[in-house]
Amino acid sequence: MGIDLAFIWAFLIAFAVLAYVVMDGFDLGIGILFPFFREKRDRDTMMNTVAPVWDGNETWLVLGGGGLMAVFPLAYAVVLPALYIPLTAMLLGLIFRGVAFEFRWRTERWLPVWDWGFSIGSTVAAFSQGIALGALIEGIQVADRAYAGGWWNWLTPFSVATGVSLVIGYGLLGATWLVFKTTDDLADRARHIARRATYLTLLGMGVFSLWTPLIGPHYLGRWLSFPAVIFSILVPLLVLVCVAVIISGLNSQKDLHPFLASLGLFALGFAGIGISFYPYIVPPSLTIAEAAAPHASLAFLLVGALVLIPIILAYTAYAYWVFRGKVRPEDGYH
Amino acid sequence: MLEHLDALLLARLQFAFTIAFHIVLPAFTIGLASYLFVLNTLWLITKRQVYEELFDFWKTIFAVAFAMGVVSGIVMSYQFGTNWSRFADKAGPVIGPLMGYEVLTAFFLEAGFLGVMLFGLKRVGHGLHLFATGMVAVGTLLSATWIIAANSWMQTPQGFGTNAAGQFVPLDWWAIIFNPSFPYRLVHMVLAAYLTTALVVGACGAWHLLKGTALRRSATMFTMAMGMVAVVAPLQIVAGDFHGLNTLEHQPAKIMAMEGHFESHPEGRAPLILFGLPDQQNKRVDYAISIPGLSNLILTHSWTKPLAGLDTIPDELEPPVVVIFWSFRVMVALGMAMLLLGLWSAVTWWRGRLTTDRWLHRAAVAMGPAGFLAVLAGWITTEVGRQPYTVYGHLLTADSLSPVAAPAVAASLTAFVVVYFFVFGAGIFYILRLMARMPAEAEEAELDKGPVRTAGITPGPAQGNPQGGSHGH
Repeated sequence: MGIDLAFIWAFLIAFAVLAYVVMDGFDLGIGILFPFFREKRDRDTMMNTVAPVWDGNETWLVLGGGGLMAVFPLAYAVVLPALYIPLTAMLLGLIFRGVAFEFRWRTERWLPVWDWGFSIGSTVAAFSQGIALGALIEGIQVADRAYAGGWWNWLTPFSVATGVSLVIGYGLLGATWLVFKTTDDLADRARHIARRATYLTLLGMGVFSLWTPLIGPHYLGRWLSFPAVIFSILVPLLVLVCVAVIISGLNSQKDLHPFLASLGLFALGFAGIGISFYPYIVPPSLTIAEAAAPHASLAFLLVGALVLIPIILAYTAYAYWVFRGKVRPEDGYH
Repeated sequence: MLEHLDALLLARLQFAFTIAFHIVLPAFTIGLASYLFVLNTLWLITKRQVYEELFDFWKTIFAVAFAMGVVSGIVMSYQFGTNWSRFADKAGPVIGPLMGYEVLTAFFLEAGFLGVMLFGLKRVGHGLHLFATGMVAVGTLLSATWIIAANSWMQTPQGFGTNAAGQFVPLDWWAIIFNPSFPYRLVHMVLAAYLTTALVVGACGAWHLLKGTALRRSATMFTMAMGMVAVVAPLQIVAGDFHGLNTLEHQPAKIMAMEGHFESHPEGRAPLILFGLPDQQNKRVDYAISIPGLSNLILTHSWTKPLAGLDTIPDELEPPVVVIFWSFRVMVALGMAMLLLGLWSAVTWWRGRLTTDRWLHRAAVAMGPAGFLAVLAGWITTEVGRQPYTVYGHLLTADSLSPVAAPAVAASLTAFVVVYFFVFGAGIFYILRLMARMPAEAEEAELDKGPVRTAGITPGPAQGNPQGGSHGH
């Protein structure tokens, strides 16, 4: 019974992380793309497309982190020290880009400071998250219920590559979001960037897929085992379908399609990683069952999660619905 | 071993630094969210423009403070893992779900409706906008409730067992949440948040009354704020007294340190030490100015009941006396000053001079930051007073630390200090500047016309964006 709850929770935590990645992904992407848009007017508009929702998007990160401590405290206690430096960098990045949403409207003289803070902060946060992912895939050493590796173990060519890939991927999400939410010249330039980012993201996913089995041969075993093998065949095909939808949407001015298809790319990549990890939560040291909190903790929070997550999704959807439609330079919220 | 101690001290400094910066922001936004809800409600009921203007004025300030609170809060939720992973592994099964509920019931609620509250009035209309403001206020209070439950459990833990891996296992959630110090700490903290906000709003109103700008708005906010101080300051002192008696029952060492009682008083008559220099090494208070017997009376409501001192606690389990002794006195002194400000305001109001008494206004400006200082002093008292434990009586702080190297903690601490002073320094500057700038134009128009009955509340249709079809189809 306890084991069952642990698997439900593994799924819910994965869901929270995916929700975070796709939702904060596009608003981090806005920051990553800031250097490509120099005009204040454009930047105002870009910021306004996410200003009403960024805080809710980022809350999924707190659920992922706080939830992990609640239901997989051992995994939390092992992973966070292992990723000490990248996570600290991520937090500092998130501070700069988070306050920029308010600060850049409060000053003229320091506008460039907060513009750079928004841009660099977003990029550092994205890069750090990618590094964290890469380091997790490479594996974390555990001894006596604690991290047993060094402080720089996370820094490898592979983790840097996943970091760069995630920055590009978030850039793609940001660009397709801008295509969806903006008009005229700004949207046109976003289309141009989105096209390039699509191909770069595809490249990143390809490199990632070929490199991962070299890092850990057991991953290849996971992919080729039944029933995962069905998925292993399907994923590349679906990825290509998503890419085709993005490109055709960009060409035919179907402005929502590229955004949804790039969310699809992330969901596919995420599912692939999930299958690779299973049944581990911290490969190759801790399984989901080993890291799970006592039954009473899992059950207590699960009741709340099952009731509240649908409600949260409902009012989050409502908030997006309230701010639906294109954002134009003249109707800024601030 | 020495290296381990260094890492421990650095990790404690880092937690103290990041939580100190964080706590003042929720203390302000909890109160301000409720104030905004009151202003929004008054605006819709009375249709007076002054409430609309005050709502817009404080809404912007709220947005800046809230953004800082969010980002500094995310740091807290990860620091349990980076620096305190052994604590997280052991106590996570108990306090993790409490924080999980905080995220699920409070953070999402605040974040989901904040956008509508800040930017959505024209799109959703007045009714839903008021609802959104209310949800943000409810969210801040729910957040306080859960995090205080988690903190109080660390102070007065109960309702748990221990498993083979050394983890605390929840046995009775009701007992865990409603642990002995929770109700007292929650009331004390929420009142502190309201007082803090009232003092800031009052100082802002007083500042503008002194400068003679925007008199209607200044007078309205000053009157509301001082009314709040006059009511809440006495309540807070009563609540604080109850909280202290609760602490005496469950964490007597903390009270002994607050009082500077190194010696037991088996026959009662323990003196109330007003001031003095505690010397923990030699176990005495130098140059003490004290009132004989008063501490006994306050703590036991009797002159003669015996009162134990720190001589009953093993040295290695004593909390750091000097810090707590002083932080407690700072908090109490500020609380007394707030009480006086509230009384003075009440008397001045009774005489009809609340908005014209310039000395009162100067005092209110001076007291503007008092709430923040009192909150910090109070939290230092209760958190340092919990030492040397993280989970009182069950888990030592030294056993809670991550297997971290001192240089890593030192580097991240330095980074946090630099970034926090830079970013939050700028934020505080912007908030002060927003408070100092109150546009005066609309004010004159309102004074000319008297209370405006219709302006600003024309119920705009929930804007079904004419370009709503632009969803890419």
